Amino acid sequence: MKFSESWLREWVNPAISREELAQQITMAGLEVDGVEGVAGEFTGVVIGEVVECGQHPDADKLRVTKVNVGGEELLDIVCGAPNCRQGLKVCVAVVGAVLPGNFKIKKAKLRGQPSNGMLCSYGELGIDIESDGIIELPADAPLGTDVREYLQLDDAIIDVDLTANRADCLGMVGLAREVGVLNRATVTAPIWDAVTASHDETFGVNVKAPDGCPRYLSRVINKVDVTATTPEWMVEKLRRSGIRSIDPVVDITNYVLIEFGQPMHAFDKANLHGSLQVRLGDGEEKLTLLDGNEITVPADTLVVADDNGPLALAGIFGGEHSGVNTETKDIVLECAFFAPLAIMGKARKLGLHTDSSHRFERGVDPELQHKVMDRASRLVLDICGGEAGPVVEVKADEYLPQAVDITLRRVKLDKLLGHHVPDSDVAEILERLGFAVNVTAEGWQVTTATYRFDMAIEEDLIEEVARIYGYNNIPDTAPVASLNMSQHRESDIKLAKVRSMLVARGFQEAVTYSFVDPKLQNLVHPEQAAMVLPNPISSEMSAMRLSLFTGLLTSVGYNQARQQSRVRLFETGLRFVPDGDAPMGVRQEPMLAAVIAGPQSDEHWALESKTVDFFDLKGDLEAIIGLTLSDAEFSFKAASHSALHPGQCAEITRNDQVIGVIGAVHPALEKPFGLNGKTIVFELSLNALLHASLPEAKPVSRFPANRRDIAVVVDETVQAGDILSMIKKVGGNQLVGLNLFDVYRGQGVVEGKKSLAIALTLQDNARTLEEKEIAATVETVVSALKTEFNASLRD
Amino acid sequence: MQQLTEIVQQALNAIEGAADLKVLDEIRVDYLGKKGKITDLMKLMATLSAEEKPAFGQKVNEAKKQVQQVLSQRIDALKASELEEKLKAEQIDVTLPGRRLENGGLHPVTRTIERIESFFGELGFSVKHGPEVEDGYHNFDALNIPEHHPARADHDTFYFNPEVVLRTQTSGVQIRTMEVEQPPLRIISPGRVYRNDYDMTHTPMFHQVEGLLVDENVSFAQLKGILHDFLRNFFEEDLEIRFRPSYFPFTEPSAEVDVKGKNGWLEVLGCGMVHPNVLRGVGIDPEKYSGFAFGMGVERLTMLRYGVTDLRSFFENDLRFLKQFK
Repeated sequence: MKFSESWLREWVNPAISREELAQQITMAGLEVDGVEGVAGEFTGVVIGEVVECGQHPDADKLRVTKVNVGGEELLDIVCGAPNCRQGLKVCVAVVGAVLPGNFKIKKAKLRGQPSNGMLCSYGELGIDIESDGIIELPADAPLGTDVREYLQLDDAIIDVDLTANRADCLGMVGLAREVGVLNRATVTAPIWDAVTASHDETFGVNVKAPDGCPRYLSRVINKVDVTATTPEWMVEKLRRSGIRSIDPVVDITNYVLIEFGQPMHAFDKANLHGSLQVRLGDGEEKLTLLDGNEITVPADTLVVADDNGPLALAGIFGGEHSGVNTETKDIVLECAFFAPLAIMGKARKLGLHTDSSHRFERGVDPELQHKVMDRASRLVLDICGGEAGPVVEVKADEYLPQAVDITLRRVKLDKLLGHHVPDSDVAEILERLGFAVNVTAEGWQVTTATYRFDMAIEEDLIEEVARIYGYNNIPDTAPVASLNMSQHRESDIKLAKVRSMLVARGFQEAVTYSFVDPKLQNLVHPEQAAMVLPNPISSEMSAMRLSLFTGLLTSVGYNQARQQSRVRLFETGLRFVPDGDAPMGVRQEPMLAAVIAGPQSDEHWALESKTVDFFDLKGDLEAIIGLTLSDAEFSFKAASHSALHPGQCAEITRNDQVIGVIGAVHPALEKPFGLNGKTIVFELSLNALLHASLPEAKPVSRFPANRRDIAVVVDETVQAGDILSMIKKVGGNQLVGLNLFDVYRGQGVVEGKKSLAIALTLQDNARTLEEKEIAATVETVVSALKTEFNASLRD
Repeated sequence: MQQLTEIVQQALNAIEGAADLKVLDEIRVDYLGKKGKITDLMKLMATLSAEEKPAFGQKVNEAKKQVQQVLSQRIDALKASELEEKLKAEQIDVTLPGRRLENGGLHPVTRTIERIESFFGELGFSVKHGPEVEDGYHNFDALNIPEHHPARADHDTFYFNPEVVLRTQTSGVQIRTMEVEQPPLRIISPGRVYRNDYDMTHTPMFHQVEGLLVDENVSFAQLKGILHDFLRNFFEEDLEIRFRPSYFPFTEPSAEVDVKGKNGWLEVLGCGMVHPNVLRGVGIDPEKYSGFAFGMGVERLTMLRYGVTDLRSFFENDLRFLKQFK
């Protein structure tokens, strides 16, 4: 909410500076978002009158004027504004004046004509009012008076960001109350002459929804001159509250809105038929709002209607047809209390958010309506004239919010704050807030105020005490807790350990958005449907990710487009796989994914420069698997995946359960993701990965190990993994080491076949192995390979 | 004897003149070998009388020893200089870059979260995670934010349907934890949260760390104490800090915490005493237990800590940005 500092100071004027005031209300929980002077810094600008105004002889667009600023001589001033004319009261920067931006006014000649000063526009004085020429002051503006004083420009617009609980501060009355409390200062409300009815015409009101509208006041004011001019002081106060002047009646309702936080509405009596009703919409009625949009009034939304149908969305927005217009002669003023629950969410559902709905849904003081109706009536009569009828009130006491009685216990106060606020302070704070306080044996019995909708329980009062006492006057202490050791499992692998291993292996961690471009994701997972956000930031951020691939590949493309050819990224986070059986219809699975692209290493004087391939990333993945101490539980099986190269893709299994996938990105995806050549990715389930076996120590053999190398020739289609598994299976206990150290194709090996060189290490714990035992084991292995894979030993 | 002296002299000269180990070995064979010149002199013994023999033998032995010694010295000297030559030839430019595997690095957001986890871990807070696609109950209702509450509108929520949202805060993890565990409770919950807002200072996804402590006698003063300690540790500087009254439906009293930076006060976290409605909702007696909760924006803290100026750079994953965090 924006308000003018000087308006606030009319209500309460503590002896503190603007900065102190802003700081003080911020620290009371009304956060000041901005403080802005209503005008720029300037001096030497006074009120003048254009006495003569003639055409400049040598410039079409300039005028030569003589201006009276109340001095002995008229000033010659050249002016370029189109609205400059004889008889106009203007703001004159005289010689010696300094305008915003340290612009000094000196004697000058403009195209040969003397100019001893300048006629100013709002912009030139740093005042945020749009206009096409110089400022036009009222005809009665006193000559020679300082403009800062006349226009009350030593003022600031203070913007407070009010939290949803502080509806009471959505008007000057509440802000002033708060400032009064903080400064122990007297608050002076405006006074006016109460309006007495000069006729007895009323407009009947029938409240059919008393729970939504427990109080409805109306008053007829006839013979109103809506063409009257809103006084400058009101226009300016409204402007400094962020509200534009429209017509005097609307301005007056806006004025009391800012003054008391009470929304009002004015109807054109000529457009009302029958009697007024306050009721729920029937779900079919149409209403054209003041902004010209036609809506269908929802069935749960309160309207003010006449015999012909809805006139306004109660407490939210007026209707076009029944509103005050230039032809209006007689008006009906509405000042009501609409219950927060009747308004909450209704405006938003219609895409509306108005000053009125903002206040009613947070809570307007239910005791305020008579006062505000009188205030507004007085302003109408003073500004537009007219004849007021009596105020008609329809109310339902049982639905009117009452001040709440709350017990505040000393014990609870001390316990929750961890600090003892003296009795006298507690009582004083609560009383100054306008609450009725009775001291009891246990503490205090407090009756809160009707304008404080946020007071319901003891804790609310404790916050009020702490807030006004000052949070920063409460000392810092250390929490005290019992030292219970929590459960730790050695077999849990900490994610941090996996991350730090990847970092040590040269990976940079990425964080990509959980929602991705559905078009790109469809290329990665064409057969899978994703969760889609109905209201995304943009369509590129609308589909929940089915894997971490889309985000990571996008990041690779992003970097490669920026001269970063070598990319090693990983990410951890949830993927979102729609599943009717899962809570909320989605499996949210923590995944680890990584991607590499470009050269294996940065260019180096002693290293061969090679592009990454499948086995580079597989090596990284195997290192991670190594953390589990359960390598044997894992295996890689050739598989297919829509995003991956059909011949370079494997599913990763643990205990025969598929837990992830690794492979080279399909060449067809390189262009859409902007990938520069071969890119390898893997993704696996963290839940499946992050548990390890404990080390199980075995004695180290004191006897020598024996290595025997074999080279077996097999068909290309035979997988090395199967060969190694078979060797492990038949090798017996003495086979302690197995290493595939070469794969050979070419001379000496028939085309379509490959030679695998494998080192077997044999050792026994109890004795030195004899040559014939070793030979027997090797023979067993070779013959098993022959039987199973048609393998032959290479000569 | 004359002959012996000459032979020794010849040998010594030869050793002196030898240029490498091979020549020296030839000299050794030549003089000291089985058929060497000095060895051969021993054969003269036979021609000598019994009285002369011992003295002659001794002389020849001495000569042999002398030549042997000089030879050994010469061998050592040559070996030393050969080694020296070899080492000289093996000299390298030690300033050439090593075969380094360049380190990667954690994302700055993770780095901050890990620091926060370690500070609170030390105080016995355990780390909890929760779902990011969340139901309205855990994201709002259980946190004392009923439907149509104006505070809901402030959240710019991504809805999938009226019941299912992308979580707007990590506070839902409080509820999920309290539903299954009884006090005393000390947890923190880091993670991604989502708001439908995208501009210079907002990204639709960001990270929060939520903290919760529920026990008997937990107070606002303690909340202040722990957060002050945290911020001092986080920034490693005793920055000026203020607790400013604020409003969250799930805490009462509520506060926001600002730290004083170069350009004035900056809000870094929100906190408060857990609202009794929240405790009651999960079956914890607010008369017996009290608790505090706090939530902090990880990106904001990271920006302040490391001087990051553009929020969006956290999610662009530009390696030139990320590599600054090793």
